[in-house]
Amino acid sequence: MSRSATTRLALALAAGALAVVLAVALSSAVGAQPISLSAALAGRDPDAAILLSLRLPRAVLAALVGCALAAAGTALQALLRNPLAEPFVLGVSGGAALGGSIVLVAAAGVARVAGGAGVALGGAPPVALGAVAGAAASTVLVFGLGRIAGRLVPEAALLVGIVFNAFVAGVITIMKILVPAEEASRLTYWLVGAIGYEGPGTLATGALFVALSVGLLIALSARLNLLTLGDDDAAALGVDVRRVRALVFLGASVATGAAVALAGVIGFVGLIVPHLLRRVVGPDHRLLVPASALFGAVFLVLADALARLAFLPLGTEPPVGAVTAFLGGPFFLWLLRRRARPEDAA
Amino acid sequence: MSEPIVDVRGVSFAYGVRPALEDVSLGARAGEYVGLLGPNGAGKSTLLRIVAGLAAPASGAVRLAGLDPHRAPRRAVAQVCAVVPQEPRVAWPFTVREAVMMGRVARQGLLAIPTRLDRGAVDGALEACDLAHLAGRRVDALSGGERRRVFFARALAQEPRVLLLDEPTAFLDLGHQVAAMRMAQVAAQGGLCVVAVLHDLNLAAAACDRVVVLSRGRVVAEGAPADVLTAERVETVWGIPVWRGENAATGATVVLPSLPARPPR
Repeated sequence: MSRSATTRLALALAAGALAVVLAVALSSAVGAQPISLSAALAGRDPDAAILLSLRLPRAVLAALVGCALAAAGTALQALLRNPLAEPFVLGVSGGAALGGSIVLVAAAGVARVAGGAGVALGGAPPVALGAVAGAAASTVLVFGLGRIAGRLVPEAALLVGIVFNAFVAGVITIMKILVPAEEASRLTYWLVGAIGYEGPGTLATGALFVALSVGLLIALSARLNLLTLGDDDAAALGVDVRRVRALVFLGASVATGAAVALAGVIGFVGLIVPHLLRRVVGPDHRLLVPASALFGAVFLVLADALARLAFLPLGTEPPVGAVTAFLGGPFFLWLLRRRARPEDAA
Repeated sequence: MSEPIVDVRGVSFAYGVRPALEDVSLGARAGEYVGLLGPNGAGKSTLLRIVAGLAAPASGAVRLAGLDPHRAPRRAVAQVCAVVPQEPRVAWPFTVREAVMMGRVARQGLLAIPTRLDRGAVDGALEACDLAHLAGRRVDALSGGERRRVFFARALAQEPRVLLLDEPTAFLDLGHQVAAMRMAQVAAQGGLCVVAVLHDLNLAAAACDRVVVLSRGRVVAEGAPADVLTAERVETVWGIPVWRGENAATGATVVLPSLPARPPR
């Protein structure tokens, strides 16, 4: 990182932080119910309640989830040496959904048997741990099965991820049939990929998970640059490839697991955001990872605001995961076609 | 004579059940340019990977400036040994300067923030490889010859004592082949121990101080190019009839395959 790159980093971080604040403010200001900012800040209800108890926590939640998914996507792309990698596409989000679902259903089962004492088990933290464990397991699985003759083949890993997603969808469908209707609808509501309304405790726990995992990925960002060169090259340049890869797995899994635990499966954030930023800040992961984290937050806050507002006349709103899939699906295909052109093959 | 800085003793290696190296020994000293020759599949690149610590020998011992390259921390190995890969890949569009700066990672902190020392080493390496004017260009936009120079510069920026080159002339035109050999020669003259896998016997004979011939995983000859590259040996190892002579201008050994003459029309 040269001096000009250090300046670029400072600029990107300042711009990103400012954009996060603006996006959260904008998202908090708009909605079905017009509110008066002065009234809200003066503490007068219902304006204050709408702003501080509903919209602001929701925007913060969207920011946390977007931050985690975009950072995880950037790291997974470096690891797979392919810009099509992303937590959702690679099945990491699916693994997190499966892990979380198993914990949710198991905890509900325990609660039924054990009565009131077991209810606490169904809360957020165990689900988050299940999601992180599921994300970690699926990451190891996808990168393990994506190897042909010992070499990581990006297309193979992507295929494994797609098949794994279909498998997870099937397993979760079966789980929904087997559990009582109330739990099935709880699962559906969680996994649909909607930013909901969470309490301060959940937000704080989520923020801790996201901060630790994204912080780890930022700390590894200089090594990520070398991993994009290939295992042998990175090792010859002094990188302990196995250890760094294990730590990247850990960071990406915790980030994705936390995001899925907080908001269900939201796809393509980790695909769109790093790709657009790479065009602005370049390929250096020391810039790209923190910038992706910040602008991933911006992206999902705005996408959630869009989801809330676009269908307002119909009196309904789609989950934000539908919005990101609507944008991300075509984006993925465009990226795939663009890379299929021979001049981009290198 | 100084101790060999690359010291390979009795190394064997197999890919699965297929043996690739059997009881191979190799020594190379500082300031020496050693060429590894042999037909495809002889084990040359495998030997290079073992010297670099990128693969573990099944038996035998490897010392690289006193380190066991497979067991020692990668950082420590990268500070004494640089590898120029045969087909360098750059997945993302890094600039030439950024790519060469990656050679410094083993001497930098967690976030690899460059010091004055790092910048000096990179500037020197860019200069030595005639890349200073391309420093801001994207590596993926360069020609094959230029890109090869970038990875040579990256290796020089590592400030290693041992430089391992895997077919440094592959896919290059004649001018760039000679330039690549010159850079390796200059590096050896500067005190580095250079070991290169080479396919072109004539370039090896002209540039290397010593050549080692591998065949089916074994060392079958080593020594000065003129002594090793006899017509008889080339014919046995490569399995083709050759004409062997001397370059009248330089005295270097020349080996040319003797293709059957074209039948008259």
